[in-house]
Amino acid sequence: MCQECGCGSGGGDVKIGAHAHEHEHHHHGHEHGHEHSHEHHDHGHGHDHAQGKQTLNLNRSLMEKNALLAERNRGFFRAKKLLVLNVVSSPGSGKTTFIRETAAKLGASLRIGVIVGDLATDNDAARLRTAGIPVVQITTGTVCHLDADMVSKAAAQLDLDKLDVLVIENVGNLVCPADYDLGEDLRVVLLSVTEGEDKPLKYPPMFHSANVAIVTKNDMATAAGFNRDLALANLNRVSHHAHIFELSAKTGDGMKAWLDYLTKQRAAVNGK
Amino acid sequence: MDAAKSAGATRVLKLRLRIGTMSGVVPEALRFAFDVVCHHTMAQGATLEIETVRAACWCATCQAEFECENFFNECPRCHDVSGELRRGRELEIADVETS
Repeated sequence: MCQECGCGSGGGDVKIGAHAHEHEHHHHGHEHGHEHSHEHHDHGHGHDHAQGKQTLNLNRSLMEKNALLAERNRGFFRAKKLLVLNVVSSPGSGKTTFIRETAAKLGASLRIGVIVGDLATDNDAARLRTAGIPVVQITTGTVCHLDADMVSKAAAQLDLDKLDVLVIENVGNLVCPADYDLGEDLRVVLLSVTEGEDKPLKYPPMFHSANVAIVTKNDMATAAGFNRDLALANLNRVSHHAHIFELSAKTGDGMKAWLDYLTKQRAAVNGK
Repeated sequence: MDAAKSAGATRVLKLRLRIGTMSGVVPEALRFAFDVVCHHTMAQGATLEIETVRAACWCATCQAEFECENFFNECPRCHDVSGELRRGRELEIADVETS
């Protein structure tokens, strides 16, 4: 398989390398030099394989199963003309409040449905449901991230034809969810002002993989002694290609820029 | 192991993995786990060979690749940052040696 883009055949096929046969020849040759061809003939094909070494070229990604399911999700969501967000952050950064306020402020202009992942309880789902948002809770038990299969099953429980935006609230964790593509259009990472300015430097894979980075709880910035310039410098260093927003979902400050961006993104998906 | 079985093998002797330096995989932790998961299977005692893939980014300004060691991908030539990681997140099975 091509290392650059994964193209080319052999992805799922098992090929038996030519070297395995050569190896065997050599081994028999030592003992019965002259009868070499005879010897090889006498042995059944299956017998050779059972005794000798062989190398199976697999060249398969260990994340292949999730990657394929994620692409299937992406195609399905695209056909439904849904904009899909994968919202990630540490526990307690304000994902649920942020999603609830986003849905409330968009009102009827964009209809939002939510899939929520947590290890246990459906407290987050209940919070969103109270606000009148269609929601499905995934409780992962001990699993620290959502995968594409869980999302596909949860999405089947929502009436997607009545939605414009599907928000997946991932398990609060800045490590493992970075490796699991769910089939989203945008990965949105939250950084609250109470967490410290160096979060992006401490968890670079997640921040690097994000399309959008949002500084939340901005209303508490002064109380938390938040160094805005340092935080933005750190974000720009790791998430240099991401769109950055600063807001407070609680007071509504800064929400407009985010909502405008979201509306534009959804229009782009709809036009495809 | 499924691939080995369907090829008629009874034992897995060696597994070769291709791991990118930015995949988040710690080789020591992987080796430790490998021995544990292979125990009492057809891969018991198998050798684990790790082929390391050094991470590289693409610099659009210089139209060239450069190797990088972390996510702060600054091009050593023009000091522009690159968001395009071309290699380094691999987590792949290259091949399996069986008997």
